[in-house]
Amino acid sequence: MSNAITMVEAVNLALGRAMSQDEKVVLLGEDIGTNGGVFRATVDLKAKFGNKRVLDTPLAETMIAGLAVGMAAQGLKAVAEIQFMGFIFPTMEHIVGHAARLRNRTRGRLSCPLVLRAPYGGGIHAPEHHSESTEALFAHIPGLRVVIPSSPARAYGLLLAAIDCPDPVLFLEPKRIYRASKQPVEDNGVPLPLDTCFTLREGDDITLISWGAMISETLQAADRLADEGVSCEVIDVATLNPLDLDTMLASVTKTGRCVIVHEAPKSGAVGAEIAASLSERGLLELRAPIARVAGYDTVMPYYRLENHYMPNSADVIDAVRQTLEFA
Amino acid sequence: MDTVFKGEIHLTRYLDQQGKLLAPLPDIPELPSRLVSCYRNMVLARALDSKAIALQRTGQLGTFASMLGAEAIDVSIGQCMKPEDVLIPYYRNHACQLMRGLPIDQLLLYWGGDERGSAHPAMGQDFPNCVPIATQALHACGVATAIKIRGEKRCAVTVIGDGGTSKGDFMEALNVAGAWQLPVVFVVNNNQWAISVPRVIQCGAQTLAQKAFGAGIRGEQVDGNDAIALHQVLELALERAREGKGPSLIEAISYRLADHTTADDATRYRDNEELKAAWEREPVKRLRSYLHSEGLWDEEQEKCWQEEVNRMVQEAADAYLAIPPQPVESIFDHLYAELPERLREQREWATVKAMPGGSHHE
Repeated sequence: MSNAITMVEAVNLALGRAMSQDEKVVLLGEDIGTNGGVFRATVDLKAKFGNKRVLDTPLAETMIAGLAVGMAAQGLKAVAEIQFMGFIFPTMEHIVGHAARLRNRTRGRLSCPLVLRAPYGGGIHAPEHHSESTEALFAHIPGLRVVIPSSPARAYGLLLAAIDCPDPVLFLEPKRIYRASKQPVEDNGVPLPLDTCFTLREGDDITLISWGAMISETLQAADRLADEGVSCEVIDVATLNPLDLDTMLASVTKTGRCVIVHEAPKSGAVGAEIAASLSERGLLELRAPIARVAGYDTVMPYYRLENHYMPNSADVIDAVRQTLEFA
Repeated sequence: MDTVFKGEIHLTRYLDQQGKLLAPLPDIPELPSRLVSCYRNMVLARALDSKAIALQRTGQLGTFASMLGAEAIDVSIGQCMKPEDVLIPYYRNHACQLMRGLPIDQLLLYWGGDERGSAHPAMGQDFPNCVPIATQALHACGVATAIKIRGEKRCAVTVIGDGGTSKGDFMEALNVAGAWQLPVVFVVNNNQWAISVPRVIQCGAQTLAQKAFGAGIRGEQVDGNDAIALHQVLELALERAREGKGPSLIEAISYRLADHTTADDATRYRDNEELKAAWEREPVKRLRSYLHSEGLWDEEQEKCWQEEVNRMVQEAADAYLAIPPQPVESIFDHLYAELPERLREQREWATVKAMPGGSHHE
């Protein structure tokens, strides 16, 4: 039976499912136990699975990540929550310097199958340091997987896959769409693949590539462009590292045009990597330059100005029109 | 005004500088034979140390972190740990690693720039050397958390230098260990120097052991040149941890008799008189004097064992030098459990370049 649920409820559903299926799954983080997490992503799990499976930690992000490394190396599936991505930086030494390297530096003797979950992105009028999109910092790291869902169903399936994955996974949850819409999600324990993009809409004229909360803006743009007779293919990258370039390249080969949409600052972002890789392998298939609709290369503004920063569907439509005008 | 907290740090010492017993031996089963074994491993550690430095000086080994002066600490840890305990080392625990089964040639292989030195199955669940300072303290807490969740009677043991105790990771580790009463033992090898920074400007506290108080855990000092004292203190701390009686912080007072690593030159910042004085307190000679005085070790045994360790270390060095490098594709093969499609092309290209005639062929 499937009920229509929000993304944050889907996260909760996947966590509960993974914990039921595998007693090695242990959650840790700040306020995740009795309080159920500040976004309620872990609500009721402590009551259901006990305080040995849901650990309310002291308030120290470095410690949470370091603990997860040690637990994962012992064969537990440590699923750690960092309350907001703005506070993820203290974890980086452990995620980048240890989690992503442990398998490689021991040639497989030890591994680090942890999941680090963090709500990320802007659009909810949050306090300072609560709205950034710094996924590129992690997508650059070999040995780490970076996964971002864009709907309740994909949050459910991708989180199950992340927990099941033998590699360390950074799982970023776009909090702007935590409760934006509901979707039927069947609690069937079926994971989604971490090695493919998802083609959400097929089209012939142009390929729109995005992830996270920007998928909603991109799909809205595609709807409106369809009214004008422009047929957009929409791809949700979902796994930002390692990238499934084949799906994107096949689409661009078909359409000859591409717009990449993301919330993170434009320069040095994952969109730049996708654009470069598509150009390397598909330049002759392209009829127009690859366009990027992205955040400015500025500090994420405090919330009074955040709407000026966030790309929206009108920006996507403009970029599509310019690309089509080029050729 | 009410006193709500009082703390004392005790220093344990059994042997004076000359190896004379200052107090009755602690009640540890088979202590004499353990001390002989301890001494033999300390001599081996020292032989390994000289060989590694000689190899480095002749271009046959990479930068090496000597453990000269830390032999008693490391060997005592090795002796007090059980096989099922987990060692989460820093980068100066060679002796302990050998005692836990790592072959000498594989240890040299690590310092010779090859990941396989951290891959040997004899290392079991032990962590590889930890280079980023103090991070290992948190991994030890993670290991201890797993042990506690599963209700197992084993413990995590981690080692850190005096400089490492200044880092947040160390404080966060002590804090969570105390909050959750984790089965973990933190050993500080306080060898007085963090590269060029002396202990006195590393931290304003009188002892590093008292950092334990802020976390609500046991803290104590031990003479790090005194194998008997180390045995007494470690045996108790590890057993407490295994029994679920909580974590301990042990500050072992030693002296770094070598440079920080082979890439360092301690004469730039360290007074030679201080070094000379430290050699008077060093752990190997001290234990040897004690064993001699007790009739547990003699000149003949000394001569035989010195020859034996030199032979072992030479054979290991020869074996290490004969190990060919890994094929280049190995840099891809353990990055993820399965090679992602995206990396297949790079892997193939790296392999081609490494072939005879390729731009990276050696």
